[in-house]
Amino acid sequence: MDIALDLHRFHFAFTVTFHYLFVQLTLGLALLIFILKTMALRTGNEHYNQAARFWTKIFAINFALGVVTGIPMEFQFGTNWSRFSKAAGGVIGHTLAMEGLYAFFLESSFLGLLLFGEKILGPVGHWLASLAVWVGSWISAYLIVATNAWMQRPTGYRLGDKGEILLDSWWSLVFNDWAFWQYAHTIVGGVITGAFVMSGVGALYLLLNRHEEFARTFLRLGVTAGVIASILALFPTGDQQGMLVAKYQPATLAAMEAHFKTGEAAPMIILGQPDVEKQKIDNPFLVPGVLSFITSKRWDAEVKGLDAFPQDEWPTNIPLLYYAFHIMVGLGTIFIAVMVLSFIQLRRGRLFDSKPMLWILMLAAPLPYVANTAGWMTAELGRQPWLIYGLMRTAEGSSSSVSSGNTMFTLLGFMGMYTLLLMLGLFMIWRELDHGPGAGVEPAGAPAAADSVARS
Amino acid sequence: MLPVLWFWIVAVMIAMYVVLDGFDLGAGIIHLAVAKTDEERRMVLKSIGPVWDGNEVWLLAGGGTLYFAFPALYASSFSGFYLPLMMVLWLLILRGTSVEFRSHIRNAVWRPMWDVIFSLSSALLAIFFGAALGNVVRGVPLNDKGEFFLPLWTNFQPGREPGILDWYTILIGVYAFLVLMQHGALWVAYKTPSPVQDRARNIARPVWYAVAALTVVVTVVSFRLQPKLAESFARWPAGYVFPLLALVSLIGILVFERKQDDLKAFLSSMLFIIGMLTSVVFGVFPMVLPANTDPSLSLTIYNASAPEYGLKVGLWWFTPGVLIAAFYFWFLYRRFAGKVTVEQEGY
Repeated sequence: MDIALDLHRFHFAFTVTFHYLFVQLTLGLALLIFILKTMALRTGNEHYNQAARFWTKIFAINFALGVVTGIPMEFQFGTNWSRFSKAAGGVIGHTLAMEGLYAFFLESSFLGLLLFGEKILGPVGHWLASLAVWVGSWISAYLIVATNAWMQRPTGYRLGDKGEILLDSWWSLVFNDWAFWQYAHTIVGGVITGAFVMSGVGALYLLLNRHEEFARTFLRLGVTAGVIASILALFPTGDQQGMLVAKYQPATLAAMEAHFKTGEAAPMIILGQPDVEKQKIDNPFLVPGVLSFITSKRWDAEVKGLDAFPQDEWPTNIPLLYYAFHIMVGLGTIFIAVMVLSFIQLRRGRLFDSKPMLWILMLAAPLPYVANTAGWMTAELGRQPWLIYGLMRTAEGSSSSVSSGNTMFTLLGFMGMYTLLLMLGLFMIWRELDHGPGAGVEPAGAPAAADSVARS
Repeated sequence: MLPVLWFWIVAVMIAMYVVLDGFDLGAGIIHLAVAKTDEERRMVLKSIGPVWDGNEVWLLAGGGTLYFAFPALYASSFSGFYLPLMMVLWLLILRGTSVEFRSHIRNAVWRPMWDVIFSLSSALLAIFFGAALGNVVRGVPLNDKGEFFLPLWTNFQPGREPGILDWYTILIGVYAFLVLMQHGALWVAYKTPSPVQDRARNIARPVWYAVAALTVVVTVVSFRLQPKLAESFARWPAGYVFPLLALVSLIGILVFERKQDDLKAFLSSMLFIIGMLTSVVFGVFPMVLPANTDPSLSLTIYNASAPEYGLKVGLWWFTPGVLIAAFYFWFLYRRFAGKVTVEQEGY
C-alpha cells in the first residue's frame, strides 16, 4: 500500500472536511442575516436589528474559524499535490485566483464594516454591508465549486503535444454545466445548515422559556428557509446533479448505489451493506425500478452496473462511497419531513406551543453538518480513482518530493490544532447562545467591539 | 512579454501583502511592549481590527495569481518549502484566532494568553517570511524535474545542501523582523494617542539604526552569495531606481520621525519595503527560483509560466477585479481613518 499517497489524501480530506463545517454555516447564515437586516430596514423594527446582531456575533466566530482553516486549502494544492498543480494550475488557477480577487476582498472588507461599522454606516450602509458579505461568500462558493466541477467534469481544455493540459476556453471552465447544478446543490446545503441551526436555537430558547420573542423570529425565518431549501436539495438540484453523475461518471453512479450487475429496472437500495468482494448486497431493502427512473426517467431503463467498467476505473472505496451517498439522501429525506411538518404547524400557529416539534428541531440542528459532509464525500470519493476525471489519476498528482514522514508530521499538527480550535469555537458559540440576543448595541464578537471610531 | 507582465503583477501583489499585512504583523511584534493595560492593548488591536483580514487576503490573492500564471513555480516551491509553509499556516491560524477571540472574555487569564500568542505568532511569521525570501535569493537544489525538498536545517551553511535555515536566511529573517517591527511601530504611532504613541515612537527610533546598519550588511552579503544580482544591475542600470527608492525612503523615515510626522514616516517605511523587495525581484529576474546546483535548472518566468492563452484571458478578469479590490481598500481605510479611541467596555 502506498502510504505516502494515502497520507496526502487524508491530509486534504481532514483539513477540507473541518474547514467545510464552518463554510456551510457561513453560506446559510450570510443569507439569513441579510434577510433579517432587510426586515429591519423595511419595518423599522429594532427587534430585527437585534436579532441580526446576535447572529452576526455567531457568524463572526464561525467566519473567523472558516478563514483560518481555509488558508491551508490553497497552500495544499502546492505543498501536497504539486504534480497536479503543475499539470492543472494553468486551468484551475483561474477560478482560484478569481476567488481571491472577487470574493475574499469583498468579504473581508465588508465583514469589518458589518462588525464594527453599524454606527458609522447608518442603517442603509449597514444593510449594504450585510448584502456584500452575503454576495461575497456566495461568489466564493461558486468559484470553488467551479474548480471542483472542472475536476469532476473537465471542460474547456485541450491536450498539448506532450499530453499537457492546456486551457482552451475560459468560458467553459467558468460556466461548466456541472458547476451550475453542483453549486446550486452546495448552496442549498449551506442554507439547510443555517436554517436548522437558526430554528434549533429558536426551539432551544422556547423550551427554556428564554428570549421568547427572538425565538419565535428565529423559528419563523429558520423553518421557512428550511422548508424551501430542503425541498430544493432534492428537486431540482439533487435530481439534476444525479443525472449529471449518471451521464458523465456512470461508474461512480453504479458504485454509489452498489449496483454491481448491469440490468433493467434497476432497484434503489434503501438499506443494506455492500459486499464488494462477492459483489452483492447483504440484508437488502430495495425498491425496484427507482434507480432506473432517477437516472433516465423510465422505470424499466437499463442502468450500467460496475461490471460494465474495467475494475481499475472503479472508485477505490466503494463501501464508504455507498454509505456517504445513502447517509446524505437519507438525512435529506428526514430534513424534508421535519421542515414540512414544522412549516405546517407554523402556518397553523401551533409550532411555538408544540413541545415535540421543538424538541425535534433542536435535536436535528447538528444533522445537516453530517449530510453536507457526506455529500462532499460522495462527490470526492465518487471521482476516484481520478483526480481530474478521465485525465489524471489521484496517484499521479501528489507531491513526489514530500516524504510520508513529513506529511504525517503536518497531519498530526493539523489534527491537534483543529481539535483545540473546535473546542474553543464550540465554547465561544455556546457562550453567545447562553448570553442570548437583545443586549448591547454593537456585537461583542469583534475586538474591542464596544468602542467607537473617531473620524478625523 | 506576457510572462514578464504577470511576473511584475505577482511581485506587486506580494509587495502589497508585505506592506499591508506587514504593519499589522509589526503591530503584533510590539504589542506587548507598547500596550500595558487592557485598554491600551484593545487600542493596538483596534488599530488593525477592521483591516488585518483584508490585508491577509493579498497573500491569498497573490498566491492564487502565482498559481495560475506560474503553476510550475507554485508546485515546485510549495512542495519544496513544505515544512516551513505548514508552520506559516499554523502561525497564521494562531494569529487570526487570537485577534478574533481575545475580546470575547474579559479576565486575567484569557486576554493576556491571547496577547502573548498574538505577539509571538506575529514575530515568528515576520522571521519566517524573511527566511523564505532569503531562500529564494540563495537558491535551492532543484533537480531536472524542477523539484526539490529542503529540511528545516542541515549545517546552517548556504552551500550545496542547504536547509531552510542557514546563517544567511536567518540573517534575512532577523532583518525582516526588524523592518516589520519598525513598520508596525510607525503604524501604531500614527493610529494611537499618547502614551501608546510615545512608546511606539520610542521603539521605532532605535530600530531605525539597526535596520539601516543591517541594510548595508544584507546588501553586501546577498551580492556575494547570489552573483546574479550584480549581473542584473550591470546589465540594466535603470534597475538602480529600485535600491535608490529604498535608500531615499529609509532616510525619509528618519526625517519624518524627527518631525514627529507619523503618517509620513509610515508611508516612507512602505516605500522602503517596496524599494527593497523590487530590488530583489529585479536582481533575480528573469529567474523566479534559482537553482544553487546547476544554474540551467533554475525556474524562470519562461519555463514556469502558464501557456499564452491563459495569461491573455487572465488579464480580462484580473484588471477589473484588482480595481474593485483597490476601491474596497480605499473605502475601508477611509472609513476607519484617524486615531482610534476606546471607551469603557459595556456589558
